[in-house]
Amino acid sequence: MCTIPCEIAPFRLTGAVYGTLLNHRSALTELGSKAAQPPYNAPPRAPVLYIKPRNTLAASGDAVEIPAGMSELEAGPCLGLVIGRTACRVPKEGALHHVAGYLIVNDVSVPHDTFYRPSIRFKARDGFCPLGPAVVPRDAIVDPDALTLRTYVDGVLVQTSSTADLVRSAAGLLADVTEFMTLIPGDVLALGVAWPAPRVRAGQRVDIVADALGTLSNDFVTAAR
Amino acid sequence: MEGLRDETEVLRLDDGRLVSGAEVVWLPPFEVGTIIALGLNYADHAKELAFNSQEEPLVFLKGPGSLLGHRGSTRRPAGVKFMHYECELAVVIGRRAKNVSRAAAMQHVAGYCIANDYAIRDYLENWYRPNLRVKNRDGGTVLGPWFVDAADVPDPANLALRTHLNGELRQQGNTRDLIFDIPCLIEYLSAFMTLAPGDVILTGTPEGVANVMPGDEIVCEIDGLGRLVNTIVADEPFGR
Repeated sequence: MCTIPCEIAPFRLTGAVYGTLLNHRSALTELGSKAAQPPYNAPPRAPVLYIKPRNTLAASGDAVEIPAGMSELEAGPCLGLVIGRTACRVPKEGALHHVAGYLIVNDVSVPHDTFYRPSIRFKARDGFCPLGPAVVPRDAIVDPDALTLRTYVDGVLVQTSSTADLVRSAAGLLADVTEFMTLIPGDVLALGVAWPAPRVRAGQRVDIVADALGTLSNDFVTAAR
Repeated sequence: MEGLRDETEVLRLDDGRLVSGAEVVWLPPFEVGTIIALGLNYADHAKELAFNSQEEPLVFLKGPGSLLGHRGSTRRPAGVKFMHYECELAVVIGRRAKNVSRAAAMQHVAGYCIANDYAIRDYLENWYRPNLRVKNRDGGTVLGPWFVDAADVPDPANLALRTHLNGELRQQGNTRDLIFDIPCLIEYLSAFMTLAPGDVILTGTPEGVANVMPGDEIVCEIDGLGRLVNTIVADEPFGR
């Protein structure tokens, strides 16, 4: 199911991958005053998570299929935390001790502009969550809150984002999430995508590059019939 | 494992031991994959929550950390106003399902169990609602008491559901009143995500949800599937 290389404890991913909506400041900026209007009525208070289920998981090099009838998808470059120690109600200070390592997550979506209802049909399609290329040990990243992700579509730089611009930092998000749900070793928590997310058409390749994390590379293709 | 009708009866484990049902820790009765849950899938419950009819099923996902077995304890945080149970028919997938038609859908069902899909409405926000803080809490997805093979459930579209709160009947419904029935849900879901053995669909709850408090015993029953018992506890046993 989940064959992403993980050469450090816990040596495998559980396959549970959680994404975080609107945790990059650019996303809130892009949404602007809409966040305070119906149907939302207020910006998020607690972390808004969603699940990328096991059918979405893919490795670097796997093709992402664009469903029939759709012209393009959104790539969702973000940093993923791989949990190394059971995390239940962890304080923000020291929260990163519960992290085994990091990887790049491409949280792919069908473009959608309403966030009121869960977006399973847009975010949980087969192959919509490439991860990798491998889990990098925690110590390899000096500061997870100052990590730059560069996204290339067919070799052209289309987005540069930094984890310095997250609403909740890695530690802050872990603290607020584990207040209500326990994460176990091998679970992945993706920290949030910068907006606007890059659009990708069939026949294009997406490379997401981050220092020390390598390159997550996936071709987007027309769905086989 | 077989034979338990109530707590006074004896379980015979697969390894031959005889134990009482109260002596064991019950786990979810199968290897649980993706947990898919339905909101507002009974007309009466949708009305209870003041929702209009929908064009497509309201589907959300739950994570494995929320799972709990029969006779477990679920925490109610201090200070919340409305935490409620939801008795639901859980449909367990037994065969990979991709682009499956309604007509062929039931061939992909391995069996059934009861689900109690807790929610704490205090935490509702209008972002991907119902958000995970409402629905994906530790101990918030109770499955059991056991897995019942599809062959032993001749008509899953006509099963009575009942929830007793401290012995009092509070929730009643029947799966014939599902807005989107099992074949329809499998067709809908498998059109965009491949379902795998162990994936489970919690089909939604009828009207009659009620607030639960520490000490309450909640028993969810479905015809032919048994009784799923859960107890609400306060923060204290969790060291909070």
